[in-house]
Amino acid sequence: MSFPWANEYTPSHPVMKWVDEKLPLPRFVYNAVGAGYPVPRNLNYFWNFGVLAGFCLVLQIVTGVILAMHYAPNALVAFDSTEHIMRDVNWGWMLRYAHANGASAFFVVVYLHIFRGFFFGSYKAPREMIWLLGVVIFLLMMATAFMGYVLPWGQMSFWGAKVITGLFGAIPVIGEPLQIWLLGGYAPDNASLNRFFSLHFLLPFVIAAVVILHIWALHIPGSSNPTGVEVKTESDTVPFHPYYTAKDGFGLGVFLILYCAMLFFLPNALGHPDNYIPANPMSTPAHIVPEWYFWPFYAILRAFTADFLFFPAKLMGVLAMFSAILVWFFLPWLDNSPVRSGHFRPLFRKFFYVLMLDVLVLGYCGGAPAAEPYVMISQIATAYYFLHFLVILPIVSSIEKPEPLPYSITEAVLGSDDKAALKPAS
Amino acid sequence: MAENTGTADMQTVAAEAGDDGVRRRDFINIAAVAAAGVGGIATLVPLISQMAPSADVLAESSTELDISAIQPGQAIKAVFRKQPVFVRNLTTKEIAEADAVPLSELRDPQTLAERTKEGHENWLITMGVCTHLGCVPLGAGEGENRGEFGGYFCPCHGSSYDTAARIRKGPAPKNLEVPPYEFTSDTVVKIG
Ligand code: HEM
Ligand code: FES
Repeated sequence: MSFPWANEYTPSHPVMKWVDEKLPLPRFVYNAVGAGYPVPRNLNYFWNFGVLAGFCLVLQIVTGVILAMHYAPNALVAFDSTEHIMRDVNWGWMLRYAHANGASAFFVVVYLHIFRGFFFGSYKAPREMIWLLGVVIFLLMMATAFMGYVLPWGQMSFWGAKVITGLFGAIPVIGEPLQIWLLGGYAPDNASLNRFFSLHFLLPFVIAAVVILHIWALHIPGSSNPTGVEVKTESDTVPFHPYYTAKDGFGLGVFLILYCAMLFFLPNALGHPDNYIPANPMSTPAHIVPEWYFWPFYAILRAFTADFLFFPAKLMGVLAMFSAILVWFFLPWLDNSPVRSGHFRPLFRKFFYVLMLDVLVLGYCGGAPAAEPYVMISQIATAYYFLHFLVILPIVSSIEKPEPLPYSITEAVLGSDDKAALKPAS
Repeated sequence: MAENTGTADMQTVAAEAGDDGVRRRDFINIAAVAAAGVGGIATLVPLISQMAPSADVLAESSTELDISAIQPGQAIKAVFRKQPVFVRNLTTKEIAEADAVPLSELRDPQTLAERTKEGHENWLITMGVCTHLGCVPLGAGEGENRGEFGGYFCPCHGSSYDTAARIRKGPAPKNLEVPPYEFTSDTVVKIG
């Protein structure tokens, strides 16, 4: 669906007319990301990150498929084949760094995309389904990134795989058999490496399919916007092309400058030196850390050091870590305020910034060694994280008095809305 | 359905059905869907069980170890099922420390005697796999950190084990696992 004033696709060339009759794919593209898709005129740069996330997915698929042409998923040679890519394959070093740093860039972009949703209330009706599919995408991304990190078969790869599959061992009764089944052995080995490779290759295509559903769901109500006021008339929108193709193109340029700066000047800054040591099942590195994008969740996992309410500490940590993401599924129903945008919600806005700070603190602790004071800080930050979603948000949304909303997007942008002024006073 | 006589089609359907409104085709439908369902579920068995450990992984070799060179207070790391095992010769002081702890203080209550073989109480043989998330704890190597309780210390999330390799502090739920083993002579153990 689209707004009634959306431009109609009218091919003029006979070949395009012929194609349109047989398979209206150009029409589909025109209506999805062309001049046929009307978009609010006031989107700010936070609305660039969806397209950037799509770009990152393509980047990962292209570099990943190429790496798979040179990589060997066998525990005996995996590490060496990675070094072979780095040293011998033409441009191999660049493609590998592009893929590794591309994963980090993808997470930066998606985190900003998610936080945009938090602040502007993008998860609220009628966009709940977009949000739910987004959370599914995020879970799939985490699984994909985790399995990809195992492939070079360095020390961090091996011990990351062991610790993360160990999480499943915390589940009562079925935990241990489940862990052995996931690994295909008692510890990570060839069987695990091979299946992780297979799934790491597959999952990005599953993500691509869910992204299509995500955008399909987006195109039913259309994009929200920084005021959170829904589109009322044609003057509230502009066609996606050329307005947002241009804006997204500019954003992509900025993104590529930053990404290339990392890729060419700091390619190992976000990696861990221990992963250049071949996997050794007999010795654990002194300080195991996951990749930076997992740190906040890793801090929550480690925050549980003592048994709690009859649950063993280990199980609590695992449950808390997964709940930290699963709670997002309930967000549309935990935040009941009819006002979407944080710009008009003075109290919500303050707690939003506290939550952002809390996530940064968790991230810092997740990257730090498992010692005091970090453990205690993670415990407090973890408690606050859940407090925010389960207690603060529902209360704030019921007691807060929002600021007055503009009548329309046009009024918010131009200071007045002709259509509104023309309305007979009633 | 049978009482619906609105269209010609529906009347033929009603005619095919017996007195109770059941058609022969209903039986065929249910039988076909059920057979397809059972077949579909049966196909899942190979799809799922292929991921379980394969025969070569299961053919867990047992490990024979000569322990005569390990002095009291020392430990070695051996390999069993591609995972580390700690073999530790406890000092009398370490044994006394382990025995002095009341069982009620333990998260996973077990005595040292239950975790060793009769007549070989000084030989503490455990898996070198932290029961939290599977890291190799420190303490078997010379000069490694043995943690607050003098046994083993896991650097990953800070679990401390005592001189009977029992969990005393940190997130790990269980004592270090004692693998199946036997003394084939006074100086040789067979693990597995
Ligand atoms: C592979 C990852 C992803 C891709 C390629 C992607 C793509 C997109 C695109 C192109 C848009 C429209 C442009 C925009 O509003 O920025 C969008 C909107 C949206 N996305 Fe995503 N997305 C991804 C992940 C996520 C995740 C993880 C979440 C949340 C957990 C999420 C939540 C949303 C929401 C709520 C909207 C609607 C925003 C609005 O119109 O106000 N997305 N997505
Ligand atoms: S794996 Fe040993 S404390 Fe977590």
